[in-house]
Amino acid sequence: MVAVPQAKDIENKENTRKTVLSIDDLHVWFELKRFGFGHAGYVKAVDGVTFDIHESETIAVVGESGCGKSSLMKTILALYKPTKGKIVFDNKDLSELDNKGLHWYRSHVGYVQQDPYGALAPFMTVQRILEEPLIVGGIKDKENRIQRIHKAMEEVKLTPVNDFLQKFPHMLSGGQQQRVVIARAMIMEPKLLVADEPVSMLDASVRVEILKLLSNLQEKHNLSVIYITHDLSTVSYFSERIFVMYAGNLVEKAKVRQVVDNPLHPYTMALLTGTSEPDAKNAETFKELPPGEPPSLVNPPTGCRFHPRCSKVIKGLCDVKFPPEFEPEPGHLVACWLYQ
Amino acid sequence: MTALKNSIRDLLRYPSAILGSVILLFLLAVSVYALVTIPYSEAVRLWRGGEEVWYQNPKYAAPAWFNIFYSKKKPVSFSVRTTDGSMSKATTPSSDPEISTVDITYSFDYAYEGVPQELMIYFTSQFKDKFSFVSVSWITPDGRTIRIADMAVDHSLTFRFSQDQKLQKRLKTEDVMQAIFMDPESSTQADLKGQYQLVINGTTFEKDATIDAEFVLHGELFGAAGTDKYRRDLLLPLLYGTPIALAFGLLAALGTSLLTMVIAAAGTWYGGWVDELIQRITEVNLVLPFLAILIMVGTFYSRSIWLMLGVTILLSIFSGSIKSYRSIFIQSKESSYIEAARAYGASSSRIIFSYLIPRMIPLLIPALVSAVPSFVFLEASLAVLGLGDPVLPTWGKVINDAFADGALYQGRYYWVLEPAILLMITGFGFAMLGFALDRIFNPRLRDI
Repeated sequence: MVAVPQAKDIENKENTRKTVLSIDDLHVWFELKRFGFGHAGYVKAVDGVTFDIHESETIAVVGESGCGKSSLMKTILALYKPTKGKIVFDNKDLSELDNKGLHWYRSHVGYVQQDPYGALAPFMTVQRILEEPLIVGGIKDKENRIQRIHKAMEEVKLTPVNDFLQKFPHMLSGGQQQRVVIARAMIMEPKLLVADEPVSMLDASVRVEILKLLSNLQEKHNLSVIYITHDLSTVSYFSERIFVMYAGNLVEKAKVRQVVDNPLHPYTMALLTGTSEPDAKNAETFKELPPGEPPSLVNPPTGCRFHPRCSKVIKGLCDVKFPPEFEPEPGHLVACWLYQ
Repeated sequence: MTALKNSIRDLLRYPSAILGSVILLFLLAVSVYALVTIPYSEAVRLWRGGEEVWYQNPKYAAPAWFNIFYSKKKPVSFSVRTTDGSMSKATTPSSDPEISTVDITYSFDYAYEGVPQELMIYFTSQFKDKFSFVSVSWITPDGRTIRIADMAVDHSLTFRFSQDQKLQKRLKTEDVMQAIFMDPESSTQADLKGQYQLVINGTTFEKDATIDAEFVLHGELFGAAGTDKYRRDLLLPLLYGTPIALAFGLLAALGTSLLTMVIAAAGTWYGGWVDELIQRITEVNLVLPFLAILIMVGTFYSRSIWLMLGVTILLSIFSGSIKSYRSIFIQSKESSYIEAARAYGASSSRIIFSYLIPRMIPLLIPALVSAVPSFVFLEASLAVLGLGDPVLPTWGKVINDAFADGALYQGRYYWVLEPAILLMITGFGFAMLGFALDRIFNPRLRDI
C-alpha cells in the first residue's frame, strides 16, 4: 500500500505543480426527445462542475450510480461535447481544437475502463489490441510499435510478453485483462489517465494489485489520474483529493484525510456511513442512511439537490437557493448552507 | 495460419461439410477444366453455331451411356475423318505422274438394334482443273459388297446415303438404311450385326491433287450428354454453365452480403439521417417486386448476365438482412471496446471496418455460403423465363430450350434432367457446407 501523502507535502507540491487539466463550470446536458423530434427537456448529467487537476496528482470522483460521474468522465475524454463550460488541457481549450488538435489531445489522455472483458475487442489478439492506439496515433514503423508494446506490457507486468501477445482476451484472467486495458491506456505515454472504476469488476484478491500497479505507474510517469468510483474504501489507496458528486454537482472537494476524518457535507457523511469496514460489529449495528432515491436529473429539486433527503435541511434556504462553495477549513470546499 | 488450420480441422468433423466440400471442389474442377479447354469466344461460337458447326451430330440424341440401361442397344453416333487419321488413307502413284489412286477404308463393329438415322460422307478435294473421281462401296459382315456411288468430287461434296436417288433405285427401295444394314436372309427384318466396311476408291488426275473424306454415322445416342434440337452437344452448356453459375452465385452472394454489411454498419455508426435514409430505402425495397424488375430490365434494356448480376446485387443490398445486421451493430456500437477506440481517436471508418464488421464475420460466412445457391437458381430461373444471357451457354438456357421444344412431352427427359440435376447438386453442396459452417461459427448451434 502506498502511504497517503501528508497534507504538508501536498501543499508544498501544489505551489510548484503545473495544472494539467482545468474544468470550468462544465455542463453536459442531453436532450430528451418526444416522438423522435419534439423537445421534452434535458437530462442534466453534469451541471456546473469546476475543478483543476495538477501534474502527478490523483483525484477521486466519488458518487453513487447515476450521479453523472460517467458523463463527466466521457466529456473529459472528448466523447461528449460540453453543453456549456470549458475544458482546458495544457493551456489549450478543447472546444477550440481542430481534428488534429483533438488527435493530439486523445494521445495524451489514457482511459481505463470498468469492465476489462468488454473493453477488449474479443476478435483481436493482445498484440493487435495494443497496436491499435499506436496505429491510430500515427506510428508507422512496425518495429517501433512492437517495441513499445513490449515496454508497455512489461510495465503492467504481463510477462513473459511473448506468451501473451498472440492470446485473445477470453484466454486471460480478469486481472490480466485489466492489465491489458491499463497497458493500452499507457501505451501512448499519456499525461492524464482517466480510470473509470478500474477495480469494481475484479475479484477482491486482484483489486489491490491493480490499484498498486496504477499508483506505481502514476509515480513513475508523473501521471495525473482521475479515479472515478462509487467505492470509498478503495479511494484512500492512492488519491490525494476527493470530489464527491451528487446529481450532477460536486458537493465536496477536499483532501482524502479531510474527507475521511471530517466529512462536512451531509451527503458525504451518509456515503461514509454506507462504507462497510470488515468488522464483526457492523453486523449488529444499524446504520442511518438518507431516505429516498437520488433525484431525477431531468427535473432536479430546486435549491440544494440533496435537500429532500437531507436530515439537516434548513427550511426556506436549502430548498430555495442553490448553495455556493464555502471553505470552512483550508483546502476543504463544500457546497452546503450549513457552513455559510 | 494456425487459425485457418483449426477451422479446417473443425470443418472436417462434420460429414456434411466433407460432402459439401467434395461437391464444390468437383464443380470447381469442372469450371477450371471448362474455362481452360473452351475459350470464351469458342464457347459462344459453338453455342450459336448451327448446322455447319454441328453437322456431325444427330438431333435429339440421348447420352451414349443410356445403352447401359437398354437391353436392346441403340446405335451410337460417331464420326471419323482422314484429316486426323481416324480413317485410314493410302495414296498410290501410278505410272502416269498426273494420276494417282487414293484408297480410303474404314471398318467398324455394328452391334446395335435397329439402323442408324443417316450415313454421310463429306468429301473435300484439292485440284486446279480436273475433278477427282471416287467410287464408294459398302461391305457387309456377311461379305456382300454393295456399290454405293460413283461420282466426281468438287472442292467439297456432301453425300447422304438415304437421300441419293441413284442408290435408292439400285437398291430398289427408298429406305436405304434398311437395305444396307438388313440381313437379306432374315424374315424378321433384323439388322445384321458385325463388322461393316466402307471402301472409298478415289482417283486424282493432277499432280498435287488430294481427296479427304469424313464419314459420319447419325445414331440414336450421342456423346456423354446427348444433343438438342439444333444438334448441339449438350456437354458444352453443361460444362461451360458450371463456371457461369458459380461465378454468378458467388459474386452475387459476396457482393450482396459485403455491401449489405458495410451499409448496415455505416448506417448504425453514423446514425441520424443516414440511418433513417438507409432504413426507409430498405423498407421501400422490401416491397418492390424483385423478379418483375429483373424481367423489366431484361425485356427493355439488356439480357447480359453481368447486367443481371449488377441489378440483382443492387436490389438485394437493401434486403431484410440489413435490419438483422443493424440490430447486432446497435448492440456492439455501445460496447466499451468501441468507446475505448473512440477515446484513443480511431476514425469512423476505422471503427466500422476494424471493430464493427470483424465481429460479424462469423455470422457472415455461413450466411454467404448458404446464399450462393439461391443466386444460382435465380440465374437459371431467369434463363427459363427467357431472360438468360443471349450468347452464353448456361444450364438455365438448356432447360429453356428443352421447355420450348416440349422435351418432357416428347420423352426426352435427359435434356431437362441433366441441367436440373447439376443445379440440384450445386445447391446441395453449398447447403451442406453452409450448415456445417453455421454450426462452427454459431456457438449456439454447436453440439446439437
